[in-house]
Amino acid sequence: MENYISILPAMVSFIALISVPFMILFRDYNYVKEGISLFSALLMFTLVLLLGREYLSERILYIDIIKITPTITISFRTDNASIIFAGISSFLWFITTFYSIGYLKGLNDKKETSFYVFFALTIFATTALAFSANLITTFVFYELITLFTYPLVIHKGTEDSKKAGRKYLAYLIGTSIMFFLTAIILTHFITGTTFFNSEGVFKKNVDNNITLLLLLLFIFGVAKTAVMPVHSWLPNAMVAPTPVSALLHAVAVVKAGVFVMYRILNYIFTSQVLLAIKGHYILIVLSSVTIIFGSLIALRQNNLKLRLAYSTISQLSYIILGLSLLNEYATKAALSHLIIHAFSKITLFFCAGAIYVKSHITEISDLEGIGKKMPITMLAFTFGSLSMIGVPGFGGFISKFLLMKGIAHSGNYFLFPILGISTLLNAFYFMPIVFSAFFKEYKFNSKDPHYVNKKYSLLMEIPLLITGLVTLVLFFAFGGILSFIGG
Amino acid sequence: MILYIVIIPLFVSLLTPLFGMFNRKYAYFISLLGAIITFLFVIFTYKKVVTHGKEYYWFGGFEPPFGIEYVVDGLNLILLLIISFIYLLVIIYSKKSSEKEIEDKRLSLFYCLLNLFFTGILGIVVTGDIFNLYVFVEIASLSSYTLIALGPKRQSLMASYNYLILGTIGATFVLIGIGYIFMATGSLNMADIKSRLVPIYHSKMVRTAFTFITLGLCLKLALFPLHIWLPNAYAYAPSSVGALLAATGTKVSAYALIRVLYSVFTIDFDTNVIPFNKVFVFISLIAILAGSFLALAQKNLKKMLAYSSIGQIGYITLGIAMSNEISLQGSVLHIFNHSLMKCALFFIAGGIFYKKGIENINDMKGIAKEMPFTMAFFVIAGLSLVGVPLTVGFLSKWYLLLGAISQKYFFVIPVILISSLLSFIYIWRVIETAYFKDSNSTKSSSEMPLGMIAPVAVVTILCIYFGIFTELPLLLTKEAIRILIGN
Repeated sequence: MENYISILPAMVSFIALISVPFMILFRDYNYVKEGISLFSALLMFTLVLLLGREYLSERILYIDIIKITPTITISFRTDNASIIFAGISSFLWFITTFYSIGYLKGLNDKKETSFYVFFALTIFATTALAFSANLITTFVFYELITLFTYPLVIHKGTEDSKKAGRKYLAYLIGTSIMFFLTAIILTHFITGTTFFNSEGVFKKNVDNNITLLLLLLFIFGVAKTAVMPVHSWLPNAMVAPTPVSALLHAVAVVKAGVFVMYRILNYIFTSQVLLAIKGHYILIVLSSVTIIFGSLIALRQNNLKLRLAYSTISQLSYIILGLSLLNEYATKAALSHLIIHAFSKITLFFCAGAIYVKSHITEISDLEGIGKKMPITMLAFTFGSLSMIGVPGFGGFISKFLLMKGIAHSGNYFLFPILGISTLLNAFYFMPIVFSAFFKEYKFNSKDPHYVNKKYSLLMEIPLLITGLVTLVLFFAFGGILSFIGG
Repeated sequence: MILYIVIIPLFVSLLTPLFGMFNRKYAYFISLLGAIITFLFVIFTYKKVVTHGKEYYWFGGFEPPFGIEYVVDGLNLILLLIISFIYLLVIIYSKKSSEKEIEDKRLSLFYCLLNLFFTGILGIVVTGDIFNLYVFVEIASLSSYTLIALGPKRQSLMASYNYLILGTIGATFVLIGIGYIFMATGSLNMADIKSRLVPIYHSKMVRTAFTFITLGLCLKLALFPLHIWLPNAYAYAPSSVGALLAATGTKVSAYALIRVLYSVFTIDFDTNVIPFNKVFVFISLIAILAGSFLALAQKNLKKMLAYSSIGQIGYITLGIAMSNEISLQGSVLHIFNHSLMKCALFFIAGGIFYKKGIENINDMKGIAKEMPFTMAFFVIAGLSLVGVPLTVGFLSKWYLLLGAISQKYFFVIPVILISSLLSFIYIWRVIETAYFKDSNSTKSSSEMPLGMIAPVAVVTILCIYFGIFTELPLLLTKEAIRILIGN
């Protein structure tokens, strides 16, 4: 690998930022904002692909945008993980924009401009975070993600959503300033650097207790990973419009947390340091608890979005578990689950949103027989569910398989039953929805407000069908992605 | 050369009532001219100091320690720059603002006092003679009492009276302390006193002198719990006066405190002979927390900013008290940075009052739609107050934190972070009200007049500029620390 100085990694994220003034400028023109959004998403995705090609030809692009002091800089850098994360973010931004058109028009939403603007801003912060080369840059964009998603969380403008928004901020900003920032400051003080380095930044002479303390600070500071006990902001944020929940709270925001954790574990601590202090056991225990309890709580939810949210909490911990096993297979499993969960969960959220727009149903008990009215939506939902459960033939199987391999490799055999129970629980909370949607009688008549109307349905059905099919395709086409991760 | 920096504002203040007799507009123009010339002289001095290292002027040609000496070195250079710059901005801003808030017949008096105030604080900064320092403290204080009394509300009289009583006590304390020092050493020149004091550190008189001076300055500095004069004084003074007091008034007292602690006395005295610094750290921490908590409880925007200032003053004294190079640098940086952001915030509060007559935060619902630029500036300056990276506030907090760690004062870290969190909350409360609550009025846009928004824009941009391009403040403060600690 060779290092090259290039503005490209910074440019990728700035595309989203540049699109914002244009959206505001053309706010009164129908479909122009959407066009700008789609165009910049496409441009961004193309650039990410370009960076991927550079990476494959053994070139790492690097740039210091701003030097605040010699050791505190805003810098961007490409590597495989950042390209994957930025790639799915930009690709799904494109898909979600299509979906949002249908969603917002279907609900006759008046605050379209603010929606698209803050959406683009969040994507900007997310991709910038993906390419961040040090902890300071990461911290800046981590906080920006929170601030930019806040207007989206309170988009509805009701008292409930404002209360939820405040809690959202309190959780994420509070933990990040109190713990994450402290950890960064201490790291900088101890090591004199915050740059991600594949050899880690901690030298041998650092006291084990201090390293352990730092690890704990990082774990609780990055609350976006939604590891218990810092998870409750996520169900709380479900008051947001569904496209927001779909892309941001199933992909961009939470994955940003997991991604930061990946960076910290592999590029700040490294597996040698973690093994020496046995710090990874903290993560293994926390993530196992989250996997089981997340699923158990999901089982008890009757609200569809809440069930999906708790499922997200549980699934994210798969990734954390993969990262904390500290071997090659598990890390691969974690990165592939990052991709697969993104596509599966966004499909499920898209379906929840489509159902809400068409029939105003939010509760699972009302979903009986809906499969007969909205077959495409429920088909995609089935795909997403099967992938989440990890059925062979769907993407989810691959990451679960790799994770099993990682567990076997690390020798922590007690994790097998946890994975098994969790898979069972996944099946328990997804399959009844699918089953009752297709095989029970539809109970609403045309006078009922829950009766399905067909307006703008295609704009929503196409995106969700695409992402649903991708979960299927991922199973068969995963070799290429895997070699990219491994390379 | 240095003399002009003090003399020009003094002469302008004498000329303003004279010209004001003919036409009130002249008072403004002549003040503006004075401010511009003063600023140019400061720039000129800056160039000279950077090349020659030190610049001095002996009054009447008498050699120190017999004559009065004016010195500009690395430490006061940065203060001269910021004060003369804010002088210029305040004059520009006060044109529109004071027309509305101050009776017509008092306008020339207002400008006279404004210039006199700046004579005082510029004098405090440049003088190298400790009695002369007291004289300038009194000039600045007396003019500020009157300036506050010019405020538009009845409470301003009471606020001014309170400040008069407490400020006079403070100034008298300083005077008593200087008297004792003169008794002990027979000298009034700071550099001379410093060398003469060392052999008699253990004399009770010197200790008493130290106590009186620091207590007096802490009163002028509004260090919690000696702060009670400050909130009302800031809130009920005319807007431009509130801004200049917040941006320069207390900062100059902080500067005087640094001078006394490190250029008249030495670190050895402050830490070893008497345990002043250790105690001062705790007082500062209490001030930081108390100021932030009290700010949280305010309904009035200006009062909230005033209490926030009390907290921020705690940061400055904290850096002074920790007495190592990094923390002192952080402290001087914070003087500079806090001047910029508080100036911006008070300007904005004044602008909102000017345009809408609103003082309470709760009445600011949806104001961002009517004053988009003003509120955007508020967000930037507010985030800077919180200490978000890429704004000026980050750098000084970072240095303070590093200073605390290198002193092994780990308890400082949570305090600073909690206070950052609290400041985020009180700034966010304003942002949320202004941006995310629906307004009652339907007016589309009513920005401040250009003469008011331009200074706001300039300081806000500087808040970002110096957060990104940190060479200048870092260079200047490094030089300052070299002077304070280096020898």
